Amino acid sequence: MTETPAEPRRLRVLAAMSGGVDSAVAAARAAEAGHDVTGVHLALSANPQSFRTGARGCCTIEDSRDARRAADVIGIPFYVWDLAERFREDVVEDFISEYEAGRTPNPCLRCNEKIKFAALLDKALALGFDAVATGHYAQVITREDGTRELHRASDMAKDQSYVLGVLDDRQLAHALFPLGDTVTTKDEIRAEAERRGLAVAKKPDSHDICFIADGNTQGFLADRLGKAEGDIVDESGEKVGTHEGAYGFTIGQRKGLRIGTPAPDGKPRYVLDISPVNNTVTVGPAAALDVTALTAIKPRWCGTAPVGEGRYTAQLRAHGDETPVTAELVDGELRVVFDEPVRGVAPGQAVVLYDGTRVVGSATIAATTRATAAV
Amino acid sequence: MAYLDHAATTPMLPEAIEALTNQLTVVGNASALHAAGRQARRTVEEARETLAAALGARPSEVVLTSGGTEADNLAVKGLYWARRDADPARTRVLASPVEHHAVLDAVHWLAEHEGATVEYLPVDAYGRVHPEALREAIERNPDDVALATVMWANNEIGTVMPVHELAEVAQEFGIPLHSDAVQAFGQLDVDFAASGLAAMTVSSHKIGGPYGIGALLLGRDQTPVPVLHGGGQERQVRSGTLDVPAAAAFAVAAQTAVERRERFAAEIGGLRDALIEAVREAVPDAILGGDPEHRLPANAHFTFPGCEGDSLLLLLDAAGIACSTGSACTAGIAQPSHVLLATGTDPDLARGTLRFSLGHTSTRADVDEVAKAIGPAVERARAAGLS
Repeated sequence: MTETPAEPRRLRVLAAMSGGVDSAVAAARAAEAGHDVTGVHLALSANPQSFRTGARGCCTIEDSRDARRAADVIGIPFYVWDLAERFREDVVEDFISEYEAGRTPNPCLRCNEKIKFAALLDKALALGFDAVATGHYAQVITREDGTRELHRASDMAKDQSYVLGVLDDRQLAHALFPLGDTVTTKDEIRAEAERRGLAVAKKPDSHDICFIADGNTQGFLADRLGKAEGDIVDESGEKVGTHEGAYGFTIGQRKGLRIGTPAPDGKPRYVLDISPVNNTVTVGPAAALDVTALTAIKPRWCGTAPVGEGRYTAQLRAHGDETPVTAELVDGELRVVFDEPVRGVAPGQAVVLYDGTRVVGSATIAATTRATAAV
Repeated sequence: MAYLDHAATTPMLPEAIEALTNQLTVVGNASALHAAGRQARRTVEEARETLAAALGARPSEVVLTSGGTEADNLAVKGLYWARRDADPARTRVLASPVEHHAVLDAVHWLAEHEGATVEYLPVDAYGRVHPEALREAIERNPDDVALATVMWANNEIGTVMPVHELAEVAQEFGIPLHSDAVQAFGQLDVDFAASGLAAMTVSSHKIGGPYGIGALLLGRDQTPVPVLHGGGQERQVRSGTLDVPAAAAFAVAAQTAVERRERFAAEIGGLRDALIEAVREAVPDAILGGDPEHRLPANAHFTFPGCEGDSLLLLLDAAGIACSTGSACTAGIAQPSHVLLATGTDPDLARGTLRFSLGHTSTRADVDEVAKAIGPAVERARAAGLS
């Protein structure tokens, strides 16, 4: 078995089609490359209307129709697979419980790890497909020894390798990213869609979390976790305000704190810490957000795990900059030390390590070390 | 390529294509009084007479519609409104739970919006409604029944209902019985007068005619309230300019189908039996759905334990075989079939169904293709499991 999707042989490819322009063009390119492509739209909500109505995002009947139209134009078979139950268990419930625990999860990473390149991929392989193709902007490069490397997209501005950092070698072996190796602007992708006769060419991008219909994460969480009024305190522990649920906050957040008492220095205050145990949110000055090191758990490697201390760059959020670090795997935990302090690091988020453009691996941030030991 | 989804739609008969294309070049609204209109009217009325003869009805009993769905809606809603208008106590609708959605959803709508009480008649494990079950339901209060509706033959599992016996029971109480005969027409002896039905639905594209036309056979004493209001065509029951070419082609298809029916049923039944045999040989634990005896000769329905019908469909489609899971879709998401659930099938089991339906272009080669592909497909689908 040498199933290496990067090789130019004819593969049986299952193209995940969200109904958006990227995945439609990805499927079209895979078909044009000579692969035997079948389109599949994932129904991720048992009741599509409850999650999102309108043309943006995913999971609507309209998106399903858009994906079907694109598949028909490309000339490939198309099916809708109901993965709503798995999605609810592995992504939505996880999202809620992570927030409840005071962390800030990234559901897109989780979806790639558990749904697109697990539930979907496993079913695809069982049905005789060789690979799953998506519209992500990233590259899989097959080395001479047959192992795979995940790299940033040729176009850094579009790169989505961060949300794919959870994929291991086996998952990468069956992943196809037809958009990753071309330097294209979104306009060019839209032009390509237009040229290919795909009606989704002008469809707006989706940005928000697909299962939160109105984009109101706090409201979504409040509906499910209920209101739990608690204190907002400053670094000295003095109460400066109240909140309606500690889960609604993210470390580094500035807006929406509604603190009546101004800070003594008059400068803006940020969320420094969230403590679900005593339902307290701690706020303080921006400087107190500076993080010098972090510990991350559940590491996943795009290949073999690195041994000993190494020099990398780290990315801490989907569209964040990369920053130089020294990292080491100690007793299954990833220890990361930043060359320069960074701000707004929230437990629950993923740290993805890069070696140049190559994704080394990722882990979930569990704890941070602050420059000022105030919290 | 093996096309085994004739119950969804079947290729047009060459005779029907000829009739259709001949008429497409002719102008004339069948309601107009001038020469062109008279010519169109003559074409429509000849088509009506041909259809009536093919279906054992009088020409005046043929109400042309846009297809099976409209005919079902007209029968169910129209007869309900008319019967309730005549006596406000009549709000009970008796329906089999295995009806096509065109009937089921119309009945459901009456319950939600028109104060109807819907009573689903019990069916056996093959999906058959027994005449005693209808009698029992009516006898509970014969005065409050607006209508009953039981399909002639089931579109998914192919079970044939005892329509004549059911109609006898309904007639005894003076209750109109409607039957959706869309699947039965062309395969069984469908004779409206002999059936004792008050109303009966047929569709053109299931018998080799064009899409977009069907008919409600309507006893002369039945005056349903129209669903479509307008110019008053079709006994004031179904307004709308008549589709002359489609009517002509539908009539030719109906006549041809009826002429060839006995031989077709025997031949297709033999081919269908061979298909059942082949599937059972490849997959010994496949369960044949529907009544083994009283079934449509062109229908073979299977449940494959441990498989998802969707997976099987995908694999067979990739192997060039067109068939159906037979279940309804919501945004393309497969739901367990209401027909199987009504027959008491376990919901998980009901997800692994496939319907093969044969037709006038089916050959032994089609059966051989299924025989070759079904074993490996089931094996793969089982590995993929019920995710």
